[in-house]
Amino acid sequence: MLFIRQNISKLITTILMGVLSIFFLIPFVWMISSAFKYEKDVMRFPIAWIPKSTNVVYNFKAVWMGKVPFLHVYFNSIKIAVIVTCITLVISTMAAYAFTKLRFRGRNLVFTALLSFMIIPDQATLIPRFMLIRWLGLYDTHVALIFMSMFSIYFTFLLRQFMVGISDEYLEAAKIDGAGQVRTFASIIIPLCQPVLATVAIIKFIWSWNDYQNPLIFLQSKALYTIPLGMTLFRDDYTTNDAIMMMASLSAIIPLLILFVTLQKQVISGIALGGVKG
Amino acid sequence: MESAKPTITPERLQMPSKFWTPKRKEALIGWLFLAPEIIGMLLLNVFALGFSLYLSFTSWDLLSGVSGIKFLGLDNFIHMFQDPTIMKALKNNLIYTVLTVPIPMAISLVLAVLIHNKVFWKDYFKVVFFIPYISSIIAIAAVWSALFHPSLGPINQFLMDLGISSPPKWLVDPKTSLLAIAIISSWAGLGYTIIIYLAGLTSISNELYEAAEIDGATSITKFFKITIPLLRSTTFFLFITMLIGSFKVFDIISYLTGGGPDNSSTVIVFRIYQEGFVNYNMGYASAISWLLFAIIAVITAITWKFRNEED
Repeated sequence: MLFIRQNISKLITTILMGVLSIFFLIPFVWMISSAFKYEKDVMRFPIAWIPKSTNVVYNFKAVWMGKVPFLHVYFNSIKIAVIVTCITLVISTMAAYAFTKLRFRGRNLVFTALLSFMIIPDQATLIPRFMLIRWLGLYDTHVALIFMSMFSIYFTFLLRQFMVGISDEYLEAAKIDGAGQVRTFASIIIPLCQPVLATVAIIKFIWSWNDYQNPLIFLQSKALYTIPLGMTLFRDDYTTNDAIMMMASLSAIIPLLILFVTLQKQVISGIALGGVKG
Repeated sequence: MESAKPTITPERLQMPSKFWTPKRKEALIGWLFLAPEIIGMLLLNVFALGFSLYLSFTSWDLLSGVSGIKFLGLDNFIHMFQDPTIMKALKNNLIYTVLTVPIPMAISLVLAVLIHNKVFWKDYFKVVFFIPYISSIIAIAAVWSALFHPSLGPINQFLMDLGISSPPKWLVDPKTSLLAIAIISSWAGLGYTIIIYLAGLTSISNELYEAAEIDGATSITKFFKITIPLLRSTTFFLFITMLIGSFKVFDIISYLTGGGPDNSSTVIVFRIYQEGFVNYNMGYASAISWLLFAIIAVITAITWKFRNEED
């Protein structure tokens, strides 16, 4: 009896939560549905969730082959996200290795200092960063964006938490086999860290993809824009055409949705990792 | 195997073992491995913060070159506290914090507890609530700005159907612009809070709940007497992260309202952007940057003090 009662109450909660979860899905469903509609039908009420007549080809062409160089913008985003992710992984993994498996004076002091830098908000240093980039002649280049996002104490911290758990026995064994520190790092630590590296890579990729502030400050040419900034071009060019806006939004989100739905376990556990240890 | 190798390799020649003891070698490699991170952080954070402190005492329009930097003393700071837009931005930041920190935290806690052990298909709920968080906030803002359209948007059409003859104009009305932004960013960020709370919940042992059940505790008592106290460190982490995050809000405001209408949604970071990169008042923008840094440093210090006193 108790078991049945518990299950019934669980079922009721599930239904209530299911209703609530609709609020989180509806804007996306509306976005997808609108992306298929004629401009005049988007704001028609009551909402036709499945459009009676579709203008998807026109909307698609307007986004991908229209005034905004969206294909180019898309490629920029992919390029930058991939490069930033790779460089961050290398820098953060190396630092995490030094913090956990190499012993030398000053190590803990440096770690504490780096952690305390985390309270410096990016926005408080924007102006000197901007001057530095101009002085280096990197204004309006992708290198500026990469340079601004390739250092991450947060990821170093996550990787360090993981590496602490790697037994020193592996390293001792490598040492006996005559491997130096660099080889130990490359052939033992990196393979052992693969799961956490995958998680960090996905999260960094998503953050880089969604970065709006750095491109806004450090880019000027439309040809160099990344997707979030590209969205502003659509807003300016198609102020009233919500169907095209929704097609653009859908196009901007879709790679993230695919990435997230296929790798949800890694993404969620990666985010949770930061919270628990943070 | 070892003896089969030639005893004098170029590597060995370069490293006379007297100076390069294994210990020193380890230290060298350690510093080399840390070097990129240390240099990057010093340059982009510490040095930059110091330089912006210097700039905050000057007047400089960027275009006139370094020679155009004029020393002003405290003028920027005096001006800042008399600047109605800055005061408005501070006030807006406070309102935004109240709207986007405590309320979403309470909602997420309840949802996380329900998802944790009171529903079927846990994974479905985790994914659904989390999708907005991983999506580009700008794309989400574009969707919501259409939904919130004052006369044609589905939200207001729905409200009018319910009999509300003049629903709020949301993003275009000074009275509701900040609220609309808070709703959108709370909606987008809820999944993160839920995931962190869920991670905290998995660390609470079931035995505690079972013991309480034997004593006849109801779900409500268990929630207040076991769940909330044991999640204290998670709550602390979320509180400080979200509090700081709420003072750093920029992207969504910049895209949706540009601080308007009539500065009704302007915030500190938006002022930094506006003064620095639109008006080219680099000195003044640096002074505002330091205001932001000071606020975040004070918040961090106070919350840490509270936490240490509690432990």
